[in-house]
Amino acid sequence: MGEEAVETSSAGGSGLVDRHVAFVGALRTAGLPVSMAESLDASRAATAIDLLNREQLRAAYAAAVVKRAAHRATFDRLFDLWWPPAIGDGESGYAEDGEGELQEVDPADLDQVRGALRDRLRDVLLSGDDEALRRLARESVNGLGRADGQPGRQSWFTYRVLRALNPETLMASLLEAVLNGQERGGLAERVARQMLTERIKQFEEMVEAEVRRRLAEDRGAEAIAKTAVKPLVEQVEFLRASREDLANLRREVYPLARRLATRLTAKRRIGQRGRLDVRRTVRASLSSGGVPLTTIFRPHKPHKPELVVLCDVSGSVAAFAHFTILLAFALREQFAKVRVFAFVDTTDEVTDFFARGGDVVDALARMSAEADVVWYDGHSDYGHAFEVFAQKWPDAVTPKTSLLVLGDARTNYRAPGLAALRSIVRQARYAFWLNPEPRQYWASGDSAAVTYTEILPMLECRNVRQLQEFIEGPLPV
Amino acid sequence: MTLFASPEDVRERLAATGYLADDAIATTVFLADALGKPLLVEGPAGTGKTELAKAVATAADAGLVRLQCYEGLDEARALYEWNYRKQLLRIQAAGEQAWEETHDDIFSEEFLLSRPLLTAIRRTEPTVLLVDETDKADVEVEGLLLEVLSDFQVTVPELGTIEATRKPFVVLTSNATRELSEALKRRCLFLHVDYPDAEREKQIVLTRVPEVVEALAEALVRTIRTLRALELKKAPSIAESIDWARTLVALGLDTLDEATVQQTLGVVLKHNSDHTRAIKELGLEPQG
Repeated sequence: MGEEAVETSSAGGSGLVDRHVAFVGALRTAGLPVSMAESLDASRAATAIDLLNREQLRAAYAAAVVKRAAHRATFDRLFDLWWPPAIGDGESGYAEDGEGELQEVDPADLDQVRGALRDRLRDVLLSGDDEALRRLARESVNGLGRADGQPGRQSWFTYRVLRALNPETLMASLLEAVLNGQERGGLAERVARQMLTERIKQFEEMVEAEVRRRLAEDRGAEAIAKTAVKPLVEQVEFLRASREDLANLRREVYPLARRLATRLTAKRRIGQRGRLDVRRTVRASLSSGGVPLTTIFRPHKPHKPELVVLCDVSGSVAAFAHFTILLAFALREQFAKVRVFAFVDTTDEVTDFFARGGDVVDALARMSAEADVVWYDGHSDYGHAFEVFAQKWPDAVTPKTSLLVLGDARTNYRAPGLAALRSIVRQARYAFWLNPEPRQYWASGDSAAVTYTEILPMLECRNVRQLQEFIEGPLPV
Repeated sequence: MTLFASPEDVRERLAATGYLADDAIATTVFLADALGKPLLVEGPAGTGKTELAKAVATAADAGLVRLQCYEGLDEARALYEWNYRKQLLRIQAAGEQAWEETHDDIFSEEFLLSRPLLTAIRRTEPTVLLVDETDKADVEVEGLLLEVLSDFQVTVPELGTIEATRKPFVVLTSNATRELSEALKRRCLFLHVDYPDAEREKQIVLTRVPEVVEALAEALVRTIRTLRALELKKAPSIAESIDWARTLVALGLDTLDEATVQQTLGVVLKHNSDHTRAIKELGLEPQG
């Protein structure tokens, strides 16, 4: 019935279907796999609920087309662009170009507007009223975020609003008000600070969303969608990850490790039967007069490889190395032994920093501070690092070992240490090099990637997805 | 025949059972019911996924049929099984009876052991079918679920196809320890249940632990949120908030100061390293 209803409305000339189709198209462009069936479900869902209730519409769409939690943020952004919460300045309900009350302010008044908005922001942040906060974000963008671009066009800027209001500077007085004379520095302050930081962040996001909405009104949602959508967590490139991305990535480590572990055990369970156990088969055949009716197989020996990770932790690839080390440790159950060696221009073992049950962030900090990885000038020196490793830990790599080398293979034009690496690789059962740089840059500048490929297979590993593919595929467990 | 009239109706009736739903939950439950689609609920442990199914059953005055998934779950445990012991007895008791007759007899209703999926399909009263922790089951079970959930029918070769007289309201829960197959996801409406916002969490604590005073609930929720913002192995969920509130009530405490948090942190954080981290980040004195 839903389908028919949608079709009738399109015959009636309503733009609803067009909008639906464009929205689904935008979701697909952003990387969400929305099938035809799901798109139909969404339209059916939309007819079942009250279309005028925006949050219900959002929930209906989300239920039908977003099938992974990681896709939700992208969905929300696009939803806000295609189904905006308001039109124009949001007060009159219609788009009237540039005739709102707050708009024609001269610079002298601007300060006044700013002051008034700041005062209100303080009150609203204290009260924690979401609706009021959203209204305030809208007014602030309207009053402070506009810049005249080309004639007949307007531009809107988030940073103008946030710079003018500067919500962070309200923190001190807000804390004062929340704590209300309680002792500073203790638990109460931390809790209050967390709450306020959350609300300020919420306000900043609201301002951003509002700016996107105004821009979309001017230039069309399609144009804005391209820039507004952040890559999904699994697609964030290690080398370009922001600090926020990194925190998100670290949060992903345990769920990811759990998922991978489930997958790896499953992989091992398939083909459980090993070679024929002749002795027991013959013994069993005695009860059937020597006819081997039941065949008995030896169970596979649980092959638990050792994992040795040798990783570059110099500034340029640290983010990638940290993430991978954490993942290696989280996957400890899959390996008999995990040993990690870090290097910049010399090598040190860092396994002990990651004791079982230890704290992740702490361990990383201690590793950077205490491990002896810099010998000369703190620039990557693969040659020296490999030599030191081969000398100091000659027994680390055994015929049971899978060796992972992590790094961008940028040698700063120093000796690549091919001989040392070759001998290490020869000792190992398997060896792989994971390189966080895009493949097309491997042959450029001081990268020795191509030379190293002659010794061991090098794989591109730019984001979590590629890392996951590697662990599920080539990594022998 | 649907169970609910509108998302508002869902919300009110769930609230009456003590489950506070937000907009997204209420709308999605309503849609799953209105469109007759299974509802796949995903989210961190302890955010009330299973509870939602139970609440829907209570609110709609429907019977709850539960299929708990685990590794190695098979057709015989999920769908149906022939009671072969009873069949053997019947054959032995048959004596001189012709095999054809016995054959018809032992493959009848009387010897069929109905498992959750079949039970849910055969019920004529309103039913909520809860498939709990779907991600724990093997991939083959997903295939089985696909068949049952898309057509709401089960084929027993000896008896023929059994069709649902009344489509059950299906809730699948998952902790996302593995990705469920695209095919299964496509057939379901998806609901991601995350930690609630501060206000809703406070209300949940107050509803679940009525003895707790409002000021304490508010302080507790804020502290929990601060803990969630830390990078912990297992962030505390709603279940932990409620446990904590109960603990505080049982200890007769009505404020949440440093000493109290220190003593009762074990209720909320279940890993030693998380514990140490929280103590450090919150500026508590480590215990001697």
